[in-house]
Amino acid sequence: MFRIIKKESVAMHVEEMVIHAPHIAGSAQAGNFIILRIHDTGERIPLTIADSDCDAGTITILFQKAGKTTEELASLKEGDSIRDIAGPLGHPTPLKRCGRAVLVGGGIGSATLFPILKALKKKRNRVTVILGARTSDLLVWEHKFGEIADKMWLVTDDGTSGKKGFVTDALNEVVENEKVDIVIAVGPIRMMQAVAELTRFHDIPAIVSLNPIMVEGTGMCGACRVSVGGKTKFACVDGPEFDAHEVDFEEIARRLAFYKREEMESLHKYRTSCKGRCRGK
Amino acid sequence: MRARNAEKRKKDFKEVALGLTEKEAVREAKRCLQCKKPMCVTGCPVEIDIPAFISAIREKDFKRGIEVIRRYNMLPAVCGRVCPQENQCQGKCVLGKKNAPVAIGALERFAADFEAKKGVPKKPEKPKLNRRSVAVIGSGPAGLTAAAVLAKTGYKVTVFEALHEAGGVLTYGIPEFRLPRKIIEREIDFVTSLGVEIKLNWVVGKIQTIDDLLKEGYDAVFIGVGAGSPRFMEIPGENLNNVYFASEYLTRVNLMKAGSFPKYDTPVKRGKRVAVVGAGNVAMDAARTAVRLGAEKVYIVYRRTSAEMPARLEEVEHAKEEGVEILFLSSPKEIIGDKHGHVSAVRCDAMRMCEPDESGRRRPECSGNEFILEVDQVIMAIGQTANPLLTRSVKKLRLWGAGYIEVDEEGATNIPGIFAGGDIATGAATVISAMGAGKRAARAIDSYIKNKK
Ligand SMILES: Cc1cc2nc3c(=O)[nH]c(=O)nc-3n(C[C@H](O)[C@H](O)[C@H](O)COP(=O)(O)OP(=O)(O)OC[C@H]3O[C@@H](n4cnc5c(N)ncnc54)[C@H](O)[C@@H]3O)c2cc1C
Ligand code: FES
Repeated sequence: MFRIIKKESVAMHVEEMVIHAPHIAGSAQAGNFIILRIHDTGERIPLTIADSDCDAGTITILFQKAGKTTEELASLKEGDSIRDIAGPLGHPTPLKRCGRAVLVGGGIGSATLFPILKALKKKRNRVTVILGARTSDLLVWEHKFGEIADKMWLVTDDGTSGKKGFVTDALNEVVENEKVDIVIAVGPIRMMQAVAELTRFHDIPAIVSLNPIMVEGTGMCGACRVSVGGKTKFACVDGPEFDAHEVDFEEIARRLAFYKREEMESLHKYRTSCKGRCRGK
Repeated sequence: MRARNAEKRKKDFKEVALGLTEKEAVREAKRCLQCKKPMCVTGCPVEIDIPAFISAIREKDFKRGIEVIRRYNMLPAVCGRVCPQENQCQGKCVLGKKNAPVAIGALERFAADFEAKKGVPKKPEKPKLNRRSVAVIGSGPAGLTAAAVLAKTGYKVTVFEALHEAGGVLTYGIPEFRLPRKIIEREIDFVTSLGVEIKLNWVVGKIQTIDDLLKEGYDAVFIGVGAGSPRFMEIPGENLNNVYFASEYLTRVNLMKAGSFPKYDTPVKRGKRVAVVGAGNVAMDAARTAVRLGAEKVYIVYRRTSAEMPARLEEVEHAKEEGVEILFLSSPKEIIGDKHGHVSAVRCDAMRMCEPDESGRRRPECSGNEFILEVDQVIMAIGQTANPLLTRSVKKLRLWGAGYIEVDEEGATNIPGIFAGGDIATGAATVISAMGAGKRAARAIDSYIKNKK
């Protein structure tokens, strides 16, 4: 059992949760994720380790209420427990001194980017961060990024915060005005795909962090398979980060939508059950 | 052995094979010739004294029967159900030359089930601890057996398991209709009653390395992480929607209980017309699971002939009774998708068997014809291979083949203090061979630690 130490709403539909998991906190690196199962009848879902505190023995996750499991997770309170957490999983981000890096985050993608930003700064890189969302209420952790990043860009589709437009508009401006050595993008598939196209055009290396459906997260089932450079890779053990220019985004988008109907059914059942009414608010 | 009616059992996940009644068991035991030089024992990977336990059953001393088995086999209720007896003990039985061999597997299961039913006290005496400790990685049959033997010898044993439940393939792979969950739970309870601690959700190689474990003070480590990585065919269409690897399909249903979605949160797609590729136990399990999830038609697609099928005989028969159709000499070469990227058909080569080569093995070759099988779901069950997650975190560990750990007969690796066994050392094999490996390694670990002192 893993106890929830702190829970806070950080943006519209987005929750931050600090969980006691000392053995994971002690070995988590940027790019790692966990797989959790709330209770005995729950499903296993992957979530990025957005931050960790070795001394306190805690990890921090950020999640968007998007389906049954995340809604139920959001209904838990400080002091409640989560049944199972396995991690840290996945390859850590290969981080070195690379010069100028640009991190591009869409919505909840900030969760993955934050530890990467911290690690890149530790290695004395110059880092520009571009965070985007549909509207200002959906921006996640912009102040936390702002404290560490060398330069911050906020972008919203409706212009309620920062610049009006898409993250790729901002990225385009950055790469046209300065030399960029690497771009790391995390967010919705279509956003990452757009970043891949833009960086390919400018001939800048780019990495994306993929979030396919997973089951056990240790390379045993193949649920998380993605095509990268024409080869099948398992995101949970070969990734989750891959060369953006080699990823087959159409395939991921299609595979991510595979259980749409079941996800809707599950969410509907949850919301109309007693649990949804008494705990879900 | 009697089995439940095929039409009824197709609708649920309850155990299919019914086991022997007392009368049947005694009658079957009486068929045993009690050979002076029992061939059956030579066929058993852990050399159970088969004539001795059968003669106990014949004398209706069932308690003695199970005691004999337990001396050699830690998981009799499991092995009685899942061992490929026709290639092992029963395959060697002299009666089998003319008639049916003695049903040794069924008798083993009978003795084990008797023990469970009658609750014969098997409270193990708490062993005297010797202040030495061993880490076991993986809680499949290899790991559980090594842990139990070491704990009985007096070691403090910690088992680290990546998943949220212990048991390895017994838990996430083999379906309930073949191996009910409560049998595995009983075996695991037995192991923990010996004082073994099982740490779940613990991925060694990620949380800490084997080096870390040795530094933390474990005197030795046993690796029993299985061969859990699915093998691909590398044909076009393998990543289409509704193409599953058997391990994902079975994990969803067995470990995550997707058959009870939405009561359980994990979904699984229920195919209407399903093609399962492969003909081993995994393929049979996947096919019969698809039947139970409501498929109208399930095919097994296999490139060789019935003579080469690696699955247990009983499973093949049960699958056929449940309406699974086996297409022999058929080799998929492409999975075809519709405009949404969902499976719509499999294109197969029709094969023929060549004349035996120098090694005496007959290989299938394309006959030049092909055919199309219209299906909406494909399950790949062409084998598993080594998962590199743990092995690549151990520096200088000697591997062979596709990444299996090289061990000597006792299970020692090239690194002192690190032992391994089960599927990760042999490649995908059987429950009984994994168990045997766990037992041998436990003894080797005991003498390694004693000599180290
Ligand atoms: C569907 C299916 C049906 C089968 N049917 C039969 C049958 O009828 N008869 C038969 O004899 N055999 C059968 N087999 C084969 C048999 O189950 C295996 O040979 C046997 O289970 C191998 O045992 P093991 O202990 O080596 O590994 P496993 O049973 O694979 O157990 C390994 C365990 O280690 C854990 N692990 C892996 N990596 C790590 C890590 N880094 N840290 C911590 N834990 C880790 C895994 O989660 C797993 O629980 C079947 C296999 C499958 C998949
Ligand atoms: S989630 Fe199962 S292999 Fe990656």
